[in-house]
Amino acid sequence: MKKLTLSLAALALSGTAALAQDVVRMGTEGLYPPFNFINDATGQLDGFEIELGNILCERAGFTCEWVQNDWDTIIPNLVSGNYDTIIAGMSITDARREVISFTDAYKRASPSAYMALAGTDESVIDSGVIAAQSNTVQAGLVADTNATLLEFPTPDDTISAVLNGEADAVLADREFLVPFVNDSGGDLVFIGEAVTPGDGIGMGIRQSDNALREAFNAAIAEVKADGTLNELLTKWFGPDEPLF
Amino acid sequence: MFSFCTDPSVLEQAQWFACYLTTATHMAFYRAFGVVILLLAVTAPAALAMGMLGALALRSRLAPVNMIGRGYVNLVRGVPDIVFFLFVPIALGQGIEWVMHHINCPDWDQPIRQGNDFVVCREAKVPPVGASAWVRNVYAFSMAVIAFALVFGAFVANTLYGAMQAVPRAQVETAEAYGMTRGQAFRRIVLPQMWVYALPGLSNIWQILIKATPLLFLLGIQDVVYWARELGGAKTSLFAYPHPDWRVWYFLVLLLFYLFLTWGSERIFGALNRRLARGQATAQGERQRRAEA
Repeated sequence: MKKLTLSLAALALSGTAALAQDVVRMGTEGLYPPFNFINDATGQLDGFEIELGNILCERAGFTCEWVQNDWDTIIPNLVSGNYDTIIAGMSITDARREVISFTDAYKRASPSAYMALAGTDESVIDSGVIAAQSNTVQAGLVADTNATLLEFPTPDDTISAVLNGEADAVLADREFLVPFVNDSGGDLVFIGEAVTPGDGIGMGIRQSDNALREAFNAAIAEVKADGTLNELLTKWFGPDEPLF
Repeated sequence: MFSFCTDPSVLEQAQWFACYLTTATHMAFYRAFGVVILLLAVTAPAALAMGMLGALALRSRLAPVNMIGRGYVNLVRGVPDIVFFLFVPIALGQGIEWVMHHINCPDWDQPIRQGNDFVVCREAKVPPVGASAWVRNVYAFSMAVIAFALVFGAFVANTLYGAMQAVPRAQVETAEAYGMTRGQAFRRIVLPQMWVYALPGLSNIWQILIKATPLLFLLGIQDVVYWARELGGAKTSLFAYPHPDWRVWYFLVLLLFYLFLTWGSERIFGALNRRLARGQATAQGERQRRAEA
């Protein structure tokens, strides 16, 4: 029995050793500040997940390369092997679990909020036209209400839809909407209650890629334990962000 | 870019714009125009070559070759472009990896398709694991060129085939009377004369090709449309250069760019047409002959 455990441990070690030289390709959207976006000063990807992803790769001993991909095809391109992980503010949901697997959450389920033009009645949440990005948990939430769902391919489009009156409100991650509300000088407000969908935000990984998932889970556990993750969460999402 | 750009939030309007329009992201936007031109420059000859092969196949007297030609032209013309653009890179990419997998990893015992996943061994990855970003960009770009050449080649094939048929029969008969073989008559008589008949159709296809370049965006290449959408979208104060939704201005620039491109090529085609009509037994050739006489 002892021998078996030893040889298993050796096997596991050799598995990670083989992985250590690997280049891991990290897929992200690059359109979803503060999670991931393109820094206009440098032209490079920037944001909470870029910083976190680089730290996780360092801890796990991977060389990481970032790949930008459209949100709508981000899962198909993962399973066909164009990159190895999705790290793009993706909520862990059962529907997605059927297609890909997730690491442990690196961010607690973030509340989604409705944002509308000032003076919009709260009743639009149940009976109005609500904009959401397609293939998001928010789109699923709106579809479950009596409101009319208006889907857009990028987060920017959902904001424009509210500004030009096409939609009564937008449902999105609260963190994403906060800068818009703050910058609007009172024109844009949150309405209704925030809802919290999903089981937190994690990295998407191919179901067959068990070694990679375990490596990232170990790295995530490490940054949770030593406080690095909490620092990052506070840095990018402010002092109200729930920590680990 | 400029030394005064260090803190954009305190700049005067003119300086702010000077800095804003020279950010790294804007530079990438300007480069994307070059990518569009490069795509056109590579795709046009590739589609023309593909079309020439198709037209020759359509003309062929060998039944199998003729069938391949007809199958290709009708299949591609019968499917929406956009479906082809989505299908070709995925199918081709996975096809290449599948072949490489069977060559490089014959002892691999796991299935390639595991549920949703497409899994091949490390050695079969194309581009190879660890390839640098530019290799991957070139690969993605080549996929796009192949998709474009396949789609537009089918239209070119039909146009060229029609043009070959339009060369007056009397010309070929005369060639035959001189004792030329079918191949000789084709190379010396039909090929040089067909262009005047092909040109209007080719110029149509060229214009459509120019207008189809925004489809690059679908193939994951960060082209002008991607950047216009990304840069034009409202930017909150998280960014160094916050601004409201300016997409309409960015798309206006694209509109002008494409209009300029099509207008310019229309003029070039006009000149080419006049040149090729010279001495031809067409109405335009006849008009030119009379004007000069």
